[in-house]
Amino acid sequence: MISNNRLTQEQYEQNFADIHPPFETDDAALVEANRCLFCYDAPCTKLCPTSINIPKFIKQITTENIKGSAHTIFQSNIMGAGCSKVCPVEKLCEGACVYNNMNETPIHIAKLQRYSTEIAMKNNWQLFERKSSTGKKVAIVGAGPAGLSCAHVLSREGIDVTIYEKESKGGGLMTYGIAAYKVTPEFCEDEVNYILGIGGIEIKYNQELGKNISLEELQINFDAVYLAIGVGLANKLNIPGEDLEGVEDAIEFIYHLRDKGYSAIPVGDKVAVIGMGMTAIDAATQAKRLGAKEVTMVYRRTENEKNCTQHELDIARLDGCATLWLASPKEIIGENGKVKSLICDVMKLGEPDAKGKPSPIPTGETITLEVDMIIKATGQNPYESLVSASHIKNNRGKIEITNQSTNIKGVFAGGDCVNGGKEVVDAVQAGKEGAASILMYLQIKN
Amino acid sequence: MADISSNFLGIKSPNPFWLASAPPTDKKINVLRAYEAGWGGVVWKTLGSQVKNVSSRYSAVDYHGSRVMGFNNIELISDRPLDINLKEITEVVKLFPDRAMIVSLMADNNRTAWHELIKKCEDAGAMGFELNFGCPHGMTERGMGAAVGQDPEIAKMVVEWVMEKATIPVITKLTPNVHSVVPTGRAAVEGGTNALSLINTIQSVTGIDLATLVPNPYVAGKSVFGGYCGPAVKPIALKMLSTIAQDDLTSKVPVSGIGGISTWKDAVEFMLLGASNVQVCTAAMKHGFRIVEDMCEGMNNWMDEKGFKTLDDFIGKSVEKITHWEDLDINYHHIAKINQDKCIHCGLCYIACEDTSHQSINIQQGNPYNTYTIKEEECVGCNLCQLVCPVEECITMEEHRVAPDYINWKMWQEKGLPLNDH
Repeated sequence: MISNNRLTQEQYEQNFADIHPPFETDDAALVEANRCLFCYDAPCTKLCPTSINIPKFIKQITTENIKGSAHTIFQSNIMGAGCSKVCPVEKLCEGACVYNNMNETPIHIAKLQRYSTEIAMKNNWQLFERKSSTGKKVAIVGAGPAGLSCAHVLSREGIDVTIYEKESKGGGLMTYGIAAYKVTPEFCEDEVNYILGIGGIEIKYNQELGKNISLEELQINFDAVYLAIGVGLANKLNIPGEDLEGVEDAIEFIYHLRDKGYSAIPVGDKVAVIGMGMTAIDAATQAKRLGAKEVTMVYRRTENEKNCTQHELDIARLDGCATLWLASPKEIIGENGKVKSLICDVMKLGEPDAKGKPSPIPTGETITLEVDMIIKATGQNPYESLVSASHIKNNRGKIEITNQSTNIKGVFAGGDCVNGGKEVVDAVQAGKEGAASILMYLQIKN
Repeated sequence: MADISSNFLGIKSPNPFWLASAPPTDKKINVLRAYEAGWGGVVWKTLGSQVKNVSSRYSAVDYHGSRVMGFNNIELISDRPLDINLKEITEVVKLFPDRAMIVSLMADNNRTAWHELIKKCEDAGAMGFELNFGCPHGMTERGMGAAVGQDPEIAKMVVEWVMEKATIPVITKLTPNVHSVVPTGRAAVEGGTNALSLINTIQSVTGIDLATLVPNPYVAGKSVFGGYCGPAVKPIALKMLSTIAQDDLTSKVPVSGIGGISTWKDAVEFMLLGASNVQVCTAAMKHGFRIVEDMCEGMNNWMDEKGFKTLDDFIGKSVEKITHWEDLDINYHHIAKINQDKCIHCGLCYIACEDTSHQSINIQQGNPYNTYTIKEEECVGCNLCQLVCPVEECITMEEHRVAPDYINWKMWQEKGLPLNDH
């Protein structure tokens, strides 16, 4: 049965408490910061998509120069606070820490980054000064990580930025698409406000490209346009029964959870989550934490090919989520219009596909899961019709860019709408690169 | 099992670890606890005319997350009445007759005062004296402490006064706040002292509170120079000790080594450079008296491994290893080697060599791990890379002699050999 309000308020709070709690004291942060070896040409920095000078910001914690530490982080990544909570650091900075080569625990880089950035946000230290206005105006579509990052760099250079956001809050996937035990809605709002603190950036909410605004209009009214519209629509399974009551899209599920509050979100007794990426993990763990009795993650390949990190899978397992490997959804069986069971093809691994992953091949056998809810997390589609309608060159919806510029003069793009969906930190980097290209285009910088 | 019992001028103790004259040795309750913990002896905190102390009294230097790397105090000599100190000394000696009881003295600057103090302390049961010629603060302004130790003639005179009266062994404690400890050391020996001890604390300012701009330690908005000690001063103490051990006159008397000794290893090093025993203070102040357990056990195990049966088997063994620069062998050469299996790719060797040394390390970019190798032809064997490497035995220094024969700087010059070979 699918129902909401399964738990007490205390249980919800406990289940959605911060999964990576911060340092409890300054001393604890200092002990950890002092462990850092201050590597030269540091591997952690090399694996950070935004190239944060990690040894430097940690060293600055040890010298009690927290302002400098936060500045070092934000200079490379204006969403450094959020990234410290949502980055898959085990495959990025912390995964590269040289302590791993000693079989020692790597430096808790994310936790230290959170330490400095949270102090900066709490004190509202505005660490960047906006240059006097150049009179140039740039429109950004999408107030997600790429859009905000681009906006901040542009504003620093004296550009007047207007962001058009289709939701009623900024932050994009950070606000709407990530497990609540990683970042709270309140934090996301604080982070957006902190970024806007520099001035020169206006966000117009509930403005959707193709609905309330058009690209032509933006091109007329602004000196340049940056598209950071992300990806939206979930991939369809394209199997019978997909329209039954109880089949949900993971993005929508997480979105509602972030928007409506935990107790309002219905979940089934027995839930199947299709997919094995980070979003699948966030959906599965949160379904369990909302009170689902059984959650099974279904993936058509094996654990070796999973898209999520081991760390994330471990979280799901610790939450009690089961895994079903080598199973590909074939048909959803309903009863009275509601999901009753999921039939999967049992697969085996074949030759590598174009991306180098072994292709799953049906064995001819099937397996049936008795479930009353199915959450689809098999990736998202870019907004193909939207970009095509604006005559923007794209590859199945993914915007094609050269030096961050689309085929239309003065229209730039970056982030998930270009790469098809990566980490928040990748989008922040894309925003920086977009801003750099726009500044060159506007002849502010070369 | 080795024998670590010590005999210093006939004063016996079960081990060579004494507590130095300082707060841990200023009253019966502390000293009894120290003896119960296993300390071989104490130098009772300096007695003299009663003084008044201030608050606060200590400050420290922390380094990279480690507390009290260096320690600083502005305390004076004992601020308790003399008769109470003497009564407690008598009681302690009665309870622990097998432990060394040395009393530190700093009388007013006249013969009578010294003689009276010596008589009282001997009557109380002292086994030896240590003359405090080193206190760098508070007492110097009154013509005592370092004011005596910094002037060899005055030092000699006071030692002579003491030797006229004392019937038990006398150790003269030297101040490091001089360009060399040897002149005062020689003067004390000429005056008749039976032994020397060194070093006392080094004048210092440990730091400034950046909020109030007042240096530490804070006393009502002001501070003064204090006496610096703890692990930070050990290398300075070892150097001064070596000069005493190498001087033809001062080397004739036993020396009690002091200065940043925290572990059995530190103690062994002092003794290898000529100290017959050692005195400890800061480490005990930081951790308590329990540290003596490992000091005894560690020294004992090391002696067993090295085949030393008694302390005398190794005391002074390293003194002759310290030579003059112009006697060093110029043909000796070693080159760093990086063990790639142990390397963790932190790049610390590279940046140290590149920015401050001889640009002798190659960097081969990798993602995320760079590979670092030594340019053997460029390496001068300075050790810097090995010193900064965080992995034990990852960088080793391999011997590559330039030539088999010993040749020193003087010989090099005589032969007119070329200089610019690197």
